[in-house]
Amino acid sequence: MIASRTPERSGSRLGAAWLLSGIGAVLVAGVVGVATGPVSIPIGQVIRELLDRLPLIAVDSSLSTTEQAIVWDIRAPRVVLGLLVGALLAGSGAAYQGVFRNPLADPYLLGIAAGAGLGATIAIVTELRDVFGFINPVPFAAFAGALLAVTAAGTLSVRRGRIGSPATLILAGVAVANFFTAIQTFVQQQNSETLQQVFAWILGRLSTAGWGEVRLLLPYAVLCSLGMLLSVGALDVLAVGDEEASTLGLNPRATRRVVLVVASLAAAAAVAVSGLIGFVGLVVPHAVRMMAGASHRRVLPLSLLFGGAFLALADVAARTIQAPAELPIGVITAFIGAPFFLLILRRQLTS
Amino acid sequence: MTSPTDSGAPLDVRWSGVSVDLGGRQVVDDLDLLVEGGSWTTIIGPNGAGKTTLLRALSGTAPYRGTITIGPDEGVGLGRRERARRLAVVPQHPVIPPGLDVFDYALLGRSPHQGVRFAASEDDRRRTSAVLERLGLTDFAHRFVDSLSGGERQRVVVARALVQDAPVLVLDEPTSFLDLGHQMDVLELIAELRAERSLTVVCTLHDLTVVGQFADRIAVLDDGHLAEHGTPGEVLTPSVISRYWGVDVRTEIHDDTSVSVSVRRRER
Repeated sequence: MIASRTPERSGSRLGAAWLLSGIGAVLVAGVVGVATGPVSIPIGQVIRELLDRLPLIAVDSSLSTTEQAIVWDIRAPRVVLGLLVGALLAGSGAAYQGVFRNPLADPYLLGIAAGAGLGATIAIVTELRDVFGFINPVPFAAFAGALLAVTAAGTLSVRRGRIGSPATLILAGVAVANFFTAIQTFVQQQNSETLQQVFAWILGRLSTAGWGEVRLLLPYAVLCSLGMLLSVGALDVLAVGDEEASTLGLNPRATRRVVLVVASLAAAAAVAVSGLIGFVGLVVPHAVRMMAGASHRRVLPLSLLFGGAFLALADVAARTIQAPAELPIGVITAFIGAPFFLLILRRQLTS
Repeated sequence: MTSPTDSGAPLDVRWSGVSVDLGGRQVVDDLDLLVEGGSWTTIIGPNGAGKTTLLRALSGTAPYRGTITIGPDEGVGLGRRERARRLAVVPQHPVIPPGLDVFDYALLGRSPHQGVRFAASEDDRRRTSAVLERLGLTDFAHRFVDSLSGGERQRVVVARALVQDAPVLVLDEPTSFLDLGHQMDVLELIAELRAERSLTVVCTLHDLTVVGQFADRIAVLDDGHLAEHGTPGEVLTPSVISRYWGVDVRTEIHDDTSVSVSVRRRER
């Protein structure tokens, strides 16, 4: 046979250039995030201080003890948390979009955030804490709520095994979100003594973050990211629809179920530490697809990386625009994300 | 499971007493049909006769009663993956994912040969390249499938099916929406590939003018029943076509497996 002329690499490969640019974005966002704040610390010293914290590296940053504390105990955990939450939201968005074959799917719009909020509220007011002892049950309850919400939205928009139009799923998600929020508000009103605790959790933002939150989220982040990365091949097969995927040897329902569980766990874990942040799961995967093509082998890993960078930078914006006051980070992401959503919706309607 | 596909021998496909109910309607009714290994059978029939349903039962995407065997084994027991190694399907309305290039789309054909992660190996990529080369699609490898014309797109879908390396090729109306030139291109290509790879071809077509030149056997389906079955010369006669389609045709028989049909306007 004649030697093939086809370059045997294609969009389905991640590619070193893309991987490096994603890692670069994370590093830049991380350093900018740590360097920005009311106390100005030169970026060079910040970088040296961060390098100094790495194992086997000793660099003198010539920062005072207070400045070191600001960098390492106040800013760094917040930035790391932003990176993790952004990665989880964008990654789960990409996974939901693959599972539902719907570019409009986003953890926030699917009602997942509302479901997680309801689950967490119930856990807080019923003081589930005592039942489990040393394990914090709030994230688990949030996960159960998230799974319930996405199942409800998914079931409502699927009829006889056929997935409805992209808009149907989103409308179902909006209805589910409103329903869950109504129940959540009701439960919350009935238990006004826990109001403050619930509110703190629901609105919870990156500002209160310490290394404790990072430690809480990290296992979920690692596990979910791994799970989502393992499913990229199956998601590519699923892109040709259930029937064709089935003739290619894939079980579409089982695949969808597994990916939904992993993505919902990711979204719920993110919501559990950061509160409701919308549109990250929409904007980031979409931008990645426009740059690097639609194969999940690229979209998912790059969404994780760029999603982290995006949210860390959005947090910088939230901290600086009205400094010393802080904007809720969800305001920033919605400000960018909502127009984006309309843009994608318009494109969907014309095609 | 040891797969008969390993030996590369052609596989028979057989429907025995197959019935399919869709929404309370008996779309296929107690049908028996054998497609011998390495042969080409085209299924024709008026709209709604059950052609597509018959193929969907074969590919495991429509529930049926009775037995369908692919090679020595019954289809139901094979499982999706093994079935996909024996049977490659070109659907009537393939779903084309936006933003996927030709190479990646064709590479999906390797799925049944991959593990649970559906990770592509170097061998998968080599085979995909070879098929694209064979179908003259190499220059398209990095174009998005959704940006191609109808004829090019159909070649790409056929490429995906070939990449699957299955001994049985199932095509549901592979030429719908194509002009006459592109219809002939696709059918001639399938004829060549079938000869090269000793494929068993099961195909549905609705255009009677081309159907007689591309099959060893023709099966006429009418209202879920097998109405006629034989060589093109036996089946494609003016009387059979008049009976099931209600039109007058003239046929020109070149030999037993090559019949052209031309249609005449009816007097009202």
